Amino acid sequence: MREAAIIGYTQSAQRRYAGAANESELIMPVVREVMQSVGVSQKDIDFTCSGSCDYFQGAAFAFVEGLNAVATAPPIRESHVEMDAAWALYECLLKIWSGEADLCLVYGFSKSSPGELRSVLTLQLDPYYQVPLWPDAISLAALQARAMLDAGIISERDMAEVVARSRRAALANPKAQLSGESSVEELLAQPGFVSPLRRHDCAPITDGASALLVASAETARRLCARPAWIRGIDHRMETGMLGARDLTRSPSARYAGARAGVSAGAVDVAELHAPFSHQEIILRRELGLADGVSINPSGGALAGNVMMAAGLDRFGHVATRIMQGEAGRGVAHATSGACLQQNLVAVLEA
Amino acid sequence: MGNRVAVVGIGQTKHKSKHKDVSIAGLVRQAAERALEDAGCTWKDIDALILGKAPDMFEGVVMPELYLTDALGGNGKPVLRVHTAGSVGGSTAVVAANYVQSGAFRRVLTVSFEKQSESNATWALSPRMPFVPHVNAGAGGFFAPYMRLYMERYGVPAHIGCMVAVKDRLNALKNPYAHLQIPDISLEMVQQSPMLWEPIRFLESCPSSDGACALVLADEQHAARSPNPPAWILGTSTRADGSMYAGKDNIHPASLIACAKDVYSKAGITDPRRQIDVAELYVPFSWYEPMYLETLGLCGEGEGWKLVESGVTALDGDVPINASGGVLSSNPIGASGMLRFGEAALQVRGMAGAHQVEGARLAIGHAFGGAHSYYAMWAVSADKP
Repeated sequence: MREAAIIGYTQSAQRRYAGAANESELIMPVVREVMQSVGVSQKDIDFTCSGSCDYFQGAAFAFVEGLNAVATAPPIRESHVEMDAAWALYECLLKIWSGEADLCLVYGFSKSSPGELRSVLTLQLDPYYQVPLWPDAISLAALQARAMLDAGIISERDMAEVVARSRRAALANPKAQLSGESSVEELLAQPGFVSPLRRHDCAPITDGASALLVASAETARRLCARPAWIRGIDHRMETGMLGARDLTRSPSARYAGARAGVSAGAVDVAELHAPFSHQEIILRRELGLADGVSINPSGGALAGNVMMAAGLDRFGHVATRIMQGEAGRGVAHATSGACLQQNLVAVLEA
Repeated sequence: MGNRVAVVGIGQTKHKSKHKDVSIAGLVRQAAERALEDAGCTWKDIDALILGKAPDMFEGVVMPELYLTDALGGNGKPVLRVHTAGSVGGSTAVVAANYVQSGAFRRVLTVSFEKQSESNATWALSPRMPFVPHVNAGAGGFFAPYMRLYMERYGVPAHIGCMVAVKDRLNALKNPYAHLQIPDISLEMVQQSPMLWEPIRFLESCPSSDGACALVLADEQHAARSPNPPAWILGTSTRADGSMYAGKDNIHPASLIACAKDVYSKAGITDPRRQIDVAELYVPFSWYEPMYLETLGLCGEGEGWKLVESGVTALDGDVPINASGGVLSSNPIGASGMLRFGEAALQVRGMAGAHQVEGARLAIGHAFGGAHSYYAMWAVSADKP
């Protein structure tokens, strides 16, 4: 298979409410900025792929409007996944591997602010047996956290430590929506939200967009001094029936991590797409990440969670650290569905 | 274009207004099982699942790959969900081909579907958006002006659209999976059907269907071992452009011209009219057939309607179009593009049954979406490239 590397990444400011700005307005600046960062324009792009979800915009074919943010005359080679844009990145890799493209643009975007996100996500479940009960996304994550507490795998203190570390790390990320210095004791003193979750255990609602460039080997070396090479990548799905899963585990993350080659070397940095604090702990365990690994130095999804871009953001943040010479080997992870149902893991190297 | 890839399994459901006998999961599984049977393989032989469908609002299930993974044997496997408007069935097949071309996967299953009876497509296609005037015209109302423009520009007589409608419905009578089966279809019947959006009459429009389509794609080694003849993929392509911009030609869209040029060049097609034995084109309203014939280079500009009139595109013509009955006879939107791709493959495999075009060796599948802004195509052959 041909080699591929990430050579550019831009993220918009993570905001609770982007106001009247539509999706195209959110996408346009990040697409322009990421192209400027390596000195290319749309005519140099062989393939463009985006990730978004119609339901957040409340309109069918919402990504068609999103495409207005990209120069499409003359027509471009383009595709779209109704998934996190990390899977759009995967589609780009398929194009590069099969020799159909050398330089690809990926973007992900959403405005979750106008709708009721936790209820919209209920519609991901089995429409005949589960949806009529309207279990919302936060309640399902709470069931998972409860299962972990009951099994003695984690304590509420462990969860608060994840939050404190994420918010503190986010102080160094100017794009982060939530950041700050809080002690574990202060966090544990906060009231419950959906037991056992407190509000800070849940990723915020965020509007925004992100863009990333991925290239074949020769193009990557030409455009970037220190590309972030994708050394291994794999993604795996689990059943949609929550009752059939052990929610304290993530076999799909473990398997994808093994296939991506996470354990083949020391990991400097890992960005894990964990919209809930306890999920970071599951992922750390399943990917076998040692105690010394820097986890979510961007602040992670707990500091800003643009639906359909937050997984791509994990790739972007790891790649940025490698491109800037701050890390040599990193792990990027994206998830989809309730309680970490689907997981994508990649190893990036300098 | 990477490793060789072939279609070795094709499955589809009977397409109809309301599949009350199955859930969404049951519908897709039916198509998938038929594709696996054709390919002579089982669920465990499949390395990855690629799912495509049109807007989630058509069924009210968000990102349905999460729910459908159980029904499609996706657990423990890589699963990807593609959505590129009406062209999605085609572009999903293109992505699936890329899986095998990449060399990382040997056999993949790709599935597309729509269960339109779960919702109302015209409602879902006419959302009220902030700052945008509400049209509520549905797809036909949006496209009709371009057909009027086509008729006016080239002086096309009104019966041409009706002729396409009759031809596709006659073909559908030979396809047991086709939704619309109108045994006494005639030009008079189409001409007397109600006018919906001038010049589109009721019988010149596609139906709303429940249905699914599935394909198994395999690498060279596994294609050689498959029980039925493979259809070799000579080339795939997708193109997109903006829905609306100054100078956009909606009769011969630049995105389709570019898509066809790309796939022809990959497939070594220099004289489409002579080389292509049969084509499955995404024709949701009759008037698209003559317009596409021109855009795809099967004839000159303004000549497409003459091919229709002289019977060139009929099942016994020299370039049969939509031998399966096409989108005009079955329209499970998300699957409609993949059905075109799959029917093209069926033809070159010699497995199309009563609607088989005698001696078909090279076929193209085509899918269309958005406001003449999304296109996907592939060329398939009985001969290994």
